[in-house]
This record gives sequence, C-alpha cells and structure tokens, in this order.
Amino acid sequence: MKTFNYHVPKNVKEASKLASTSSAFLAGGMTSVPSMKLGLATYKDIIDIKHIKKLSGIKVSGKTVTIGATTKHAEVANSRDVKKAIPSLTKLAGGIGDAQVRNRGTVGGSIANNDPSACYPSACMALNAIIHTNNRKIEASKFFKGMFETALKKGELIEAVEFQIPVKSNYQKHPNPASRYAIVGVYLAKHKKEVNVAVTGAKSSVYIDKDLSKALSSSFSSSAIDGMKLDSSEMNSDIHASGDFRASLVVTYAKKAVEAC
Amino acid sequence: MSKVTLEVNGKKVSKDVPNHTILSDFLRDNLNLTGTHVGCDTSQCGACVVHVDGKSIKSCSTLAADVDGSKVTTIEGLVKDGKMHPMQEAFKKMHGLQCGFCTPGMVMSAIDLLQNKKNPSDAEIRKWLEGNICRCTGYQNIVAAVKEAASKV
Repeated sequence: MKTFNYHVPKNVKEASKLASTSSAFLAGGMTSVPSMKLGLATYKDIIDIKHIKKLSGIKVSGKTVTIGATTKHAEVANSRDVKKAIPSLTKLAGGIGDAQVRNRGTVGGSIANNDPSACYPSACMALNAIIHTNNRKIEASKFFKGMFETALKKGELIEAVEFQIPVKSNYQKHPNPASRYAIVGVYLAKHKKEVNVAVTGAKSSVYIDKDLSKALSSSFSSSAIDGMKLDSSEMNSDIHASGDFRASLVVTYAKKAVEAC
Repeated sequence: MSKVTLEVNGKKVSKDVPNHTILSDFLRDNLNLTGTHVGCDTSQCGACVVHVDGKSIKSCSTLAADVDGSKVTTIEGLVKDGKMHPMQEAFKKMHGLQCGFCTPGMVMSAIDLLQNKKNPSDAEIRKWLEGNICRCTGYQNIVAAVKEAASKV
C-alpha cells in the first residue's frame, strides 16, 4: 500500500477543509482499506472521521429514523429502537458482510461508496431517505448517480441518513455465498401513498423497479407480480448470475418480500 | 509516521510506524505477536481476528493508526495464570482444529459470539462464524467446541 498523510479532525468543518481531489474520508474502512491494499485506490490524504462525535448515533422520531454516518452496522442491527420502527433495516444491517465487518463498517461509508451490490443504498431508495451532508439535504433518488458514483462534491461529508418509517417493509437478499454481498437484493417498502421496490446488485447502480412498484401499489400481494418478466438487457451478468437469472431473482425476492410483510 | 499507542494484552506499547501500517502487521512485525495469522489478507478468511476494545474485528483490514488509544486482545492474551481460556480448552477437547491456521481467528471470533449471545444454537454459531474460513473444512468440531465452551463460560 502506498503511504498517505493521516488526519484525525475533531469536527466536520476541519474534516471538510482537509479534503482535496486526492483525499478520502475514512469511516470503517471495510472497503477503502482493502482497496488501498490492492492498489485499486491511492490517496494523498486520509481523513479519519470516526472521532467526530456528532456523526454517530441513532435517533427515532415519530416519522423517521436518523442514523449518523459513522454508526456501525452492528449498532443498527442490535438497536431495539430501529427494530421497533423499521425491522427490515435491522435485518439488512445484520446481514452485511460478517460479524467483524459489521463491527467496523458504517452506513455513511456504504452509501458514499455506492457499490452496485451494497445493501444500504436499496434501503435509502425504498425508504425515501434524505442524505444529510455538511452542506445540504439530498433525496436518495438524486444521490445515487451510477456505479460507485454519488452526488457528493469534493469536501462534502455525509453527516446522517434520515429514513422514512414505512407502513410495512422487508428486505430480501440473494447473497454471494463467500462475501454475502447482494447478487440481488430487494428492499420493499409500503408507504401510505405508494409502494417502493428498490433493487440492488442487479444493475450498475441501485434503482426503483417501476413495474414491480406499480403492480404492488395497485394490489399488495405476491400474486400481483407472479410470473412478471423484467427486461434483463441492463442487468449485470457475471460468473455468479446471468442477466436473465438476476431478472428472475428480482421478481422472486420481491414476492418473498411481499409475503414476509 | 504515526505514533501508535495501544494496550495490547494488558501491556502498554507505543511505536512510531508509517501511516499505512496495517494492524495485523503492527502486531506481527512490530510486537512479534505472530499468533494473529494472515490468511487471505482481504478480510474474507478471518484468521486475523483480534479484539479491539472488546469487539472482534479483522486486523488485516484495519490501520494501526486508526485504533490508536485502544485496548487490543490477541490470541496470546487469552492465557491467564498459565491456564488456557475456556474457548481454547474447548477447541482442544472437541478437536476443533486440524492444521490450526484458522484457529486463532476462530477462537477470538467465537469468544465475541459468547459475549453477544450466551447459549447460541448451532445455526447461530454457524451464522456468526461466516467470516471465518477453515480450509481443512473442520466446521463440525469447531461448532461442537463453541457449544462446549458456551456450556462452561
């Protein structure tokens, strides 16, 4: 690994000031450290944000669950408050990677990286999340721009993610057997006015499947989407699953999610 | 360079190391604690699991500078007054190891499991140990060892 300057800012302002085009914020490091070790990423400055207290913690209000950027997956998975408000979110957090990854990895890190097969982006999309940064609030639908791309600008730091509490929700994942990332993950959320079916792992970036969402908005039952054929032309295809298989998995797991609601 | 000060197995240590030093290298190369193994070096296999402030983590994917000021426990820190930890005893009794390469990580991970859950089921043990790979495929006896330890702790 190439060396770097290591900074431990005490507050968001200081962290943001240190940022440049060749820097990275370090939270849990569960993606960034292995990427640097493999030489896939090199930075001049690493800005460790874990000591900024205001970035960590969970707040549940009547309508929303707000999770600080550096809150670890294990904290979300074990939170009684989150489980009461959005049980599917604790399930999602408890299924990321393995126990040791969940002890380090963070929600902010996961969504800032926007890995096409990460779990959290699907929760953000399905639960109409608002991403709070040090400069602005960004709707999830405008945050995830494409493979490993987000709307974040240089020096912009995620402070918290605010999830809307749905009426019902469920997350179903077809995990890679070795790493447990989502080959396909389906986050289903039934809100008062609409149903969102967010899909991760299937395409180059997380997306809302409009056909499934529409069908389930008119009739919230697995029979409403039974046998539905999705367009697989933009689906990822690799040794783990072909595009056609992924398209089929999306429907299968959406059905499972409806049945588990 | 970063000055990294840790309490490792109850002893305070302080070293100046390059900023990019990985915790597993810090333990093995700087402190000569070679009980922490490095298998895959990509955070898949779990041979490198140690405890930082009481929680199991993968030391091959953690910067030493990142855990500055923490308490670290490695496999070497489990023996008390010349006696093995109950988890180590259980691995020995139930033949929970074959070649032994994955064992330090398995033991450290399993101890963290029992901190979270006192009497885990077979399924819960297997789920928790997803991040620890045994290439000898000795999982049956590893699970049996964790159950044995759970009955003793």
